[in-house]
Amino acid sequence: MTARKKELPPHPMDHLLRVDRIPHIWCPGCGIGTVFGGILAAIQKSAFDLDRLAMVSGIGCTGRMAGYIKVDSFHTTHGRAIPFATGLKLARPDIKVIVASGDGDLFAIGGNHFIHAARRNIDMTVICVNNLNYGMTGGQQAPSTPLGFKTTTTPEGSPEEPFNFCHLADTCGAVYVARWTALHIRLLTNSIAEAMQKRGFSFVEVLCPCPSAFGRRNRLGSALDTLKLYHDRSVIKNDIDTKGAVIDFSGEIVVGKFVDRTRQTFLDYYQTIVCHKESEENSAEATK
Amino acid sequence: MPPRELSRGEVVILAERCKGCGFCIAYCPRGVLDVSDKFNSKGYHPPYVKEADKCVNCHFCEIICPEFAIYSVSIFERKEEIAGA
Amino acid sequence: MREKAVKKGIYFMNGDHACCEGAIAAGCRFFAGYPITPATEVAERMSVRLPQVGGIYIQMEDEIASMAAILGASWGGAKAMTSTSGPGFSLMMENIGLAVCTETPCVICNVQRAGPSTGLPTNVAQGDMMQARWGSHGHYEIIALAPSSPQEMFDLTIRAFNLSEEFRVPVLIMADEVVGHMNERVVIPDEAEIEIVNRRKPEVSPEAYLPYRPGPDGVPRLPDCGDGYRIHVTGLTHDERGYPVMNAQAQAQMVERIVNKIRRNREKIIKTRSYYLDDAKVVVIAYGITFRSARSAVEEARQAGLKVGLIKLETVWPFPEELVRSVAKEVKALIVAEINMGQMVLEVERCAAGRCPVHLVSHAGGTVIRPERIREGIVSALKRKRRR
Repeated sequence: MTARKKELPPHPMDHLLRVDRIPHIWCPGCGIGTVFGGILAAIQKSAFDLDRLAMVSGIGCTGRMAGYIKVDSFHTTHGRAIPFATGLKLARPDIKVIVASGDGDLFAIGGNHFIHAARRNIDMTVICVNNLNYGMTGGQQAPSTPLGFKTTTTPEGSPEEPFNFCHLADTCGAVYVARWTALHIRLLTNSIAEAMQKRGFSFVEVLCPCPSAFGRRNRLGSALDTLKLYHDRSVIKNDIDTKGAVIDFSGEIVVGKFVDRTRQTFLDYYQTIVCHKESEENSAEATK
Repeated sequence: MPPRELSRGEVVILAERCKGCGFCIAYCPRGVLDVSDKFNSKGYHPPYVKEADKCVNCHFCEIICPEFAIYSVSIFERKEEIAGA
Repeated sequence: MREKAVKKGIYFMNGDHACCEGAIAAGCRFFAGYPITPATEVAERMSVRLPQVGGIYIQMEDEIASMAAILGASWGGAKAMTSTSGPGFSLMMENIGLAVCTETPCVICNVQRAGPSTGLPTNVAQGDMMQARWGSHGHYEIIALAPSSPQEMFDLTIRAFNLSEEFRVPVLIMADEVVGHMNERVVIPDEAEIEIVNRRKPEVSPEAYLPYRPGPDGVPRLPDCGDGYRIHVTGLTHDERGYPVMNAQAQAQMVERIVNKIRRNREKIIKTRSYYLDDAKVVVIAYGITFRSARSAVEEARQAGLKVGLIKLETVWPFPEELVRSVAKEVKALIVAEINMGQMVLEVERCAAGRCPVHLVSHAGGTVIRPERIREGIVSALKRKRRR
């Protein structure tokens, strides 16, 4: 019997992609594609109802993610993905809301919204792709740019110390905080899946190569060289105090799952305090 | 899959999606892939399967690739599919 | 805890509160806002009423977040609103543009106060009228209504929601501090008497569906998030699939459609009220609280035998160009009364196109325009010889 060559199955993520828009716009070696794949794998793993899933993004390279995922997706204004997502979630608590955006969008222009959504514990999962600069506009300084590193607006080196996003998220009350690099793709995927299952404001930061801008300007070599740097310098330190979760390119790049706790969400308090209802925490399932 | 046998995979490369970043080639734990001399229509060199027998279907190329341009399928499942076709 | 959405009755009510009641009667179930004089009372009332009707009130960290949140809620299927005044209105502009470009129904109430900048927080002006039309970047059309009383705060807020749903466009309620803070008789009718318009949803299956393909009236039939259509919504210039496209053809197609969506439906949208136009030699044009002063002045003038008419702008944008053009042909002069240094008068002048002189009765803000000033304007306009 001659075996008929059956057609190969498509890429396992094609059903979650807007394949009519692939290849995507990200540069060769950009880590965003890998992170995006991790998000899709986490969604697949979690078996969410894809019609009850929404991605909200801001402006920047990572913000373009919303345009490639085949679920209801919203590409909003710079820095405003989180408040948009807040409105969406409160109007439709049954929808799982993922915010995917970059370090500048979430923490510079969007910083105020980040800290308040974390404080309120709005039920959403925020994935921050941190490429240490503003990539889309050519590589300017961001609140993540390490001290002394070059960008187009800090040609002599940045005179500012950056945020520790994980520490910020932790202090503002996020119930889940983790950091990985694009290289840690399996651990990242698991973390994203965990974060999405979590009720409340969950935050996952992912360090990514930016070979076209940040990497080039700081002579970090190719994207592969940056992945090697992550390999050599990253140390997994789960559960440590986020104050110690530093990113030091000449020392340690600390990754891991740092925070995993439980807190009443905004909607929980709204029901009990404002609407005078019984606590629904045990019965309400925000992630159906 | 027959018991006590190593997982085996067939690599599928979607050359037109590739941007030549080299992640899959560098991170395949079995050295299955290498850079091809060919170009895709955008001018990138996609990988090619140099050592097909060595693929253990670990999917690392699949998950590290930023472009959704490469994946592997279990050869045992493929054999079943083809036999049942 | 639950209360009725439409509390039928006759009330002595503050304009801001009436706006809230109108919103809730229209089906508004989400409010995100920030305190700002003289609009705070809208938010305060919403914080009480929304939980009573199963809605959600959230006070956001600023007006930018408030505007973003109401867009998110609108895509979640909720009728959503915010309220603010000048400084907050300025902050909201970028996201108003996002609403226009993505065609998101929502309502924004601006209870105007004197500007520019912090200005006179507790005093009236009508200085944001051009900003309402042109405040966000890029070229677009928008709908703006101008209530003249607490009753109209109730009625026009319902209309605002209906227009917003029908045309998938943000609708601005350009109120002012006096209309917002005055207490007056407000009649809330029976729920059955209130006409509600809801956004039209797609009627084809997701496979056959193009999100931003318009219906015959230029309005697309868009789903809400969670309806199973898996759409992409972006503020980037986009094509009928909703996908960003970076070229001039896509720009022309998208911008012309959203502009024409309003322009071609102007007859449905524009509402004005005319008084005594038949024999008027001079016509006063006014809106908001200034309409009240103008009406008083015009009634008095008519009692004194003066042939003066009055046009009330209930819709300020789109501007009633055809009406003004035709009236300009018939009268000796037009008078625009407004509390700013001349904003809507520019539209009147443009439409009059020199057919008749256009006079302005105005001041920089801080108090209403007294009827006597408008009366003086009427008298002086009637006296003037027509220039050749």
